[in-house]
Amino acid sequence: MNKTPTSKALPSTAFRRSWPTRVAGLVLLASLAACGSSVKLDEAPVEDRNTTGTGQTNPEGAGSGVDPRGVTGVQVPGMDTQQPAVLSRIVYFDYDSFEVRAEFNAALEANARYLKANPTRKVALEGHTDERGGREYNLALGQKRAEAVRRSMALLGVTESQMEPVSFGEEKPAAMGGDESSFAKNRRVELTYR
Amino acid sequence: MVLSPQIRRMQEPNRTEWLPSRRHLLTQAAALPLLAMPLTDALAQFRVEVSGAGVTQIPISAVSFRDNNLVNQDMAAIVRADLERSGQFKFIEPLPVRLDEASRPDLAAWREKGTDALLTGSVSRLADGRFDVRFRLWDSVRGQDLGGLSFPAGTGGLRNAAHKISDYIYEKLTGEKGVFATRIAYVTKAGPRYTLLVADSDGEGAQAALTSVEPIISPSWAPNGVNLAYVSFESRKPVIYSHDVATGKRRLLANFRGSNSAPSWSPDGRQVVATLSISGNAQIYSMDANGGQPRRLTQSGSIDTEPVFSADGRSIYFVSDRGGSPQIYRMGAQGDNPQRLTFTGNYNISPAPSPDGRWLAFISRVNGAFRLHVMDLNSGNVTALSDASADESPSFAPNSRLIVYATRDRGQEALMTSTVDGRVKTRLTGAQGDIREPEWGPFVR
Repeated sequence: MNKTPTSKALPSTAFRRSWPTRVAGLVLLASLAACGSSVKLDEAPVEDRNTTGTGQTNPEGAGSGVDPRGVTGVQVPGMDTQQPAVLSRIVYFDYDSFEVRAEFNAALEANARYLKANPTRKVALEGHTDERGGREYNLALGQKRAEAVRRSMALLGVTESQMEPVSFGEEKPAAMGGDESSFAKNRRVELTYR
Repeated sequence: MVLSPQIRRMQEPNRTEWLPSRRHLLTQAAALPLLAMPLTDALAQFRVEVSGAGVTQIPISAVSFRDNNLVNQDMAAIVRADLERSGQFKFIEPLPVRLDEASRPDLAAWREKGTDALLTGSVSRLADGRFDVRFRLWDSVRGQDLGGLSFPAGTGGLRNAAHKISDYIYEKLTGEKGVFATRIAYVTKAGPRYTLLVADSDGEGAQAALTSVEPIISPSWAPNGVNLAYVSFESRKPVIYSHDVATGKRRLLANFRGSNSAPSWSPDGRQVVATLSISGNAQIYSMDANGGQPRRLTQSGSIDTEPVFSADGRSIYFVSDRGGSPQIYRMGAQGDNPQRLTFTGNYNISPAPSPDGRWLAFISRVNGAFRLHVMDLNSGNVTALSDASADESPSFAPNSRLIVYATRDRGQEALMTSTVDGRVKTRLTGAQGDIREPEWGPFVR
């Protein structure tokens, strides 16, 4: 893609002082001349291999001999959905734990009743972790929490097609602090209706 | 990115005024000491930390390019910053003389100053509005002209021209390919906005490839240096896209039930390995890069994630907690014969093999601190490269000499580079706000 740079070797300044270099230089010049590519820069083609347009954010680079390395920006919109107001939709977890604590059974039962009464509604079980550790490993841990809630909901009779366990890992903390009370608020599964 | 420089010999510029005799040069030196532009820009751009003894560095100096004031980038300063970041060069403040690529410097004076090599150059305006950036490299020990090049460049291409000069110098003086003209992808978070950026290898010149109000993580360069795979949460779940950064064309690579994450390309660019949770838990799958059904590579009841191919394409490094804690494993490219590689500590994640197959960078938790480590794959010996507390996401430069990674520096997420021995570290400061998830792109041809 993009422009091919036309960089040209400068002639050696040593060229004029020593015979061996001069001879070598002449030989090189002669061989280059033989290839038909000599001194005229204007003839050097600035090849455009980018068939789909250069980046709009780098217009000055377009047409330059140095690769403009264009990047075309893309913006994606956010999503917003209405949530049933009466339902408690957050399940918290202990550190390094993936078990749904008994105190959240009532909330899950209420959500299960709502889903069974509204068979066209779907819910995402969004798993979250605190910020400690790697992003990808935390994504897998958040998935494990979402999966635990999915199993509980399935036992309560919710059909699989109405729910999807997904993970946000550490990416969407509910509390921003770096202390245990914030971490505890972040280790959670949110039931988000779509 | 296809770069095939057409090396051309050009007519020797007729600039005898820039070929001062030694006496003339000395006169100039006496008369114009204040006109030598100090290279302070380089210092403002980044911070270099050198630690430990026994670092062998090539001393090099650079004179400000003649007529550099025609443009808004300090060419010599960019080159200086590049070379210093590599850890293999030590910058020597230049003699107060004016030189360009057509000058013959008094190399004895530069040798006396302690430098092994000297960069000279110039900027001139071309008829079409672009600029001609020229340079010449001198070996002041042997008294040799090490050649020079001319780059026509628009304003937006000046930094890249400087990085190519750095690559030329690096290769001439170390015998290895430089990585300065390569690109790095990373993610910034500023307020509610996440941006996937593509920048020069020094973090500068960043351009937005994707902007979203939902998180973006785990960018992975295709070997062609054009496509980035990454995880976007824009549909309120992690989904993998493949994105041509030049055109902005995106393609959904994986949007299966559950989470889709940790994409990584095979060295031939035909496959993408990724973590999917179709089975309920995070497992590693392989997919055709053009789409199609995923093929499951791991069969465990635990978490398997962060797959990444070795440079020869024969094996896949990954993280698994099948042994009770997250550790790094290696298996065959078909998922066969998994072997555990890390045995120290109970939290080892984010494997990043070097392109030359010698090293494996990874993050290890030590007393609650997450630190960059590197394993010598031949001996299995592990070295800590950092004493920070929140290192993340290491990625090797294509010449296997530098590692870029994310860390926390004074409360803010930042990108650092480190040499493989950990002795030379620099903080990249190209972007504002929190910077994370760096991924070093391949060599461009």
